[in-house]
Amino acid sequence: MSKHTLAVLVENSPGVLARVAGLFSRRAYNIDSLAVGPTENPAISRMTIVINVESHSLEQVIRQLDKLVNVIHIAELKPSESVQAELILVKISATSKNRFDVDAVLETYDAVIVDESAETLTIEATGDAAKISDLLNALERFGIRELAQSGLVGIERGSRSLAERTLSVQSIPTAKSGQADYQN
Amino acid sequence: MSKKMSGASSLVKSLESAGVDVMFGIPGGAILPAYDPIFDSSIRHILVRHEQGAGHAATGYAQVTGRVGVCIATSGPGATNLVTPLADAAMDSVPMVAITGQVPSNAIGTDAFQEADIRGITMPFTKHNYLITDPDQIPRAIAEAFYIASSGRPGPVLVDIAKDALQKETDFVWPKELSLPGYRPQLEPVNQSILDAAALIAQSSKPVLYVGGGAIKANASKELLQLAELLGVPVVTTLMARGAFPDSHPLHYGMPGMHGTVGAVTALQKSDLLITLGARFDDRVTGKLSTFAVNAKVIHADIDPAEIGKNRFADVPVVGDLKRTIAALIPAVKAEFAKKAPDYSAWNASMNKLRATYPLGYDLPKDGSLSPQYVIERLSAITGPEAIYVAGVGQHQMWASQFVKYENPRTWLNSGGLGTMGYAVPAAMGAKVGAPDTPVWAIDGDGCFQMTNQELVTCALNNIPIKVAIINNESLGMVRQWQTLFYEGRYSNTSLESKRVPDFVKLADAMGCIGLTCDRPEDVDSIIKKANSINDQPVVVDFRVFKDAMVWPMVAAGTSNDDIMIAREMAPDWDSQEL
Repeated sequence: MSKHTLAVLVENSPGVLARVAGLFSRRAYNIDSLAVGPTENPAISRMTIVINVESHSLEQVIRQLDKLVNVIHIAELKPSESVQAELILVKISATSKNRFDVDAVLETYDAVIVDESAETLTIEATGDAAKISDLLNALERFGIRELAQSGLVGIERGSRSLAERTLSVQSIPTAKSGQADYQN
Repeated sequence: MSKKMSGASSLVKSLESAGVDVMFGIPGGAILPAYDPIFDSSIRHILVRHEQGAGHAATGYAQVTGRVGVCIATSGPGATNLVTPLADAAMDSVPMVAITGQVPSNAIGTDAFQEADIRGITMPFTKHNYLITDPDQIPRAIAEAFYIASSGRPGPVLVDIAKDALQKETDFVWPKELSLPGYRPQLEPVNQSILDAAALIAQSSKPVLYVGGGAIKANASKELLQLAELLGVPVVTTLMARGAFPDSHPLHYGMPGMHGTVGAVTALQKSDLLITLGARFDDRVTGKLSTFAVNAKVIHADIDPAEIGKNRFADVPVVGDLKRTIAALIPAVKAEFAKKAPDYSAWNASMNKLRATYPLGYDLPKDGSLSPQYVIERLSAITGPEAIYVAGVGQHQMWASQFVKYENPRTWLNSGGLGTMGYAVPAAMGAKVGAPDTPVWAIDGDGCFQMTNQELVTCALNNIPIKVAIINNESLGMVRQWQTLFYEGRYSNTSLESKRVPDFVKLADAMGCIGLTCDRPEDVDSIIKKANSINDQPVVVDFRVFKDAMVWPMVAAGTSNDDIMIAREMAPDWDSQEL
């Protein structure tokens, strides 16, 4: 079993998330995380999907995904060739007594305090899965009251962009009759 | 040039522009605006009796003509009644466009009267689908739907249109071009894969052409025949490919799979190279996958890249249109053979011997009652290979695939992937509409027939004179066979008693058809001839057959093809075969 991160460019159209989620569910593929958001092009949304490949090959998952008409492009983001990050907002128990200890942890992980109360602190942090996991372990001893975690997002290193490789698509002339079938 | 009109008129003009000549459907509230311009359209609309019938009729039409079949229904139950035919069309890669009305856009999501989220429901088994709420989007959606349904691997596309989008005023503009950045079917095979395939063929000593329904979809029969004769090796045609290669051809070993011939099943099992052409390694063909053709390398040619490696690893994948693929493969194989002529004689000799030892056959019932296999064999012999045969699902379907002799593509229609009981009558109706001058016989079971026979009313009223042979064994025969073999003969809920009720002759008569009955072997020929002579009315023949006939050979579900049985508790005598 291995984890893979896929960057998927999809048409920004209604139902596209349901199509992708439904495909993973009906073909019994395991999703670890899924994040969707806009891109530099308003017609296109980007999904970052982390999948756990068990009995299915990654190739098979990609090919099935590619069959969805609204899916424009799929690229695997290899950890060594991409930047990947997720975001957490975590509410921990903290008082003036242990505040110094908390600050030390936050400094180590580049995390910031975004809200506080008499008994709690709310912390925001971003980073790759390993860093986030380490931070959460470090915060465990203060008492985690609530955790909100985003899906992973990722982008390839270097100057290339996925969109450049994708959007030079020619249009298809409609035959005079749509019934002019492809076979002949 | 555009002209102001209603969304409904725009829909009908779009369908006309897409080249639709016939559609099958039933009106209702949400789709009603569209039925007003349909009244004046050049498109023939056939009013069916159940939306499921509309869907299967569209499939039958598409399978026979190669064109896109069209069905139309209203929202809610009208749309959900199309679910089975859409799933059926998806499994068997049938080009189909379904149009459904939806409740007005401001009512969507309110659990309005006759509201069902048909786009959501059909996502898993449509190639693509649409929900249109803006009338200006109608022509583009229809143009895209027809393109997507008919290109690449064909499949069903649903266009759901809100009632207010049909009522509002719009401009009709038929798009000159389509932009589908996420849909680019690869038609032309990569040359290197063709060369690799040819090299693998030249190295093999026991190749088999494993031909699937894609050969029919791609109209590749002519090329297939050339390739087969060039190679001179066994050809097997799956359930969906019957007719893609002539049954009379000496290289043809018939159908592989659960009820395939010993020759076809064994050729695959013993092969060292499966030349897979538009087939998908379905479980009904492979049996237990880990024991399927274990010594064979695989060339897998398919238009759908997702089929490659899905069930079986492909040593050489070839993605592309099958007609072009085979056409490209022929010169490449010739070039390889010019370097070194192949010798498949030992392989062919052993397979020939096996085929001769274990031909398809059946035992006549000892009580002198009518044999279902005999009925189907005679139907084929008398009616001939130019006719179209349409089956339901079950024993009669398997016998129709075994004992009808097919010579031409698009003459055998059945529900292969989904296994939809009730497919035959409406699909035969659609087939007859698509090929009005060709005799169309539905070979149906008494169970299947009782699911969708009401479309015979449609046939009777619309001059669609199909013929139906009910293989009446008064039971759900295939389920009963499994109960015989695997449930100690405990026949739980498989007895339909259809020799008592209904009276199929009276039922046929009530639906405006000629009803005939036959229960004696000596009457079979004359009754088939009589049915064949009637061309102005649908005919239903109740063939009252032996109840305990079973389909053989059989590879039990989940077992290895090596364990094929030619009759109950009887395996082929492998020891006497040199394989």
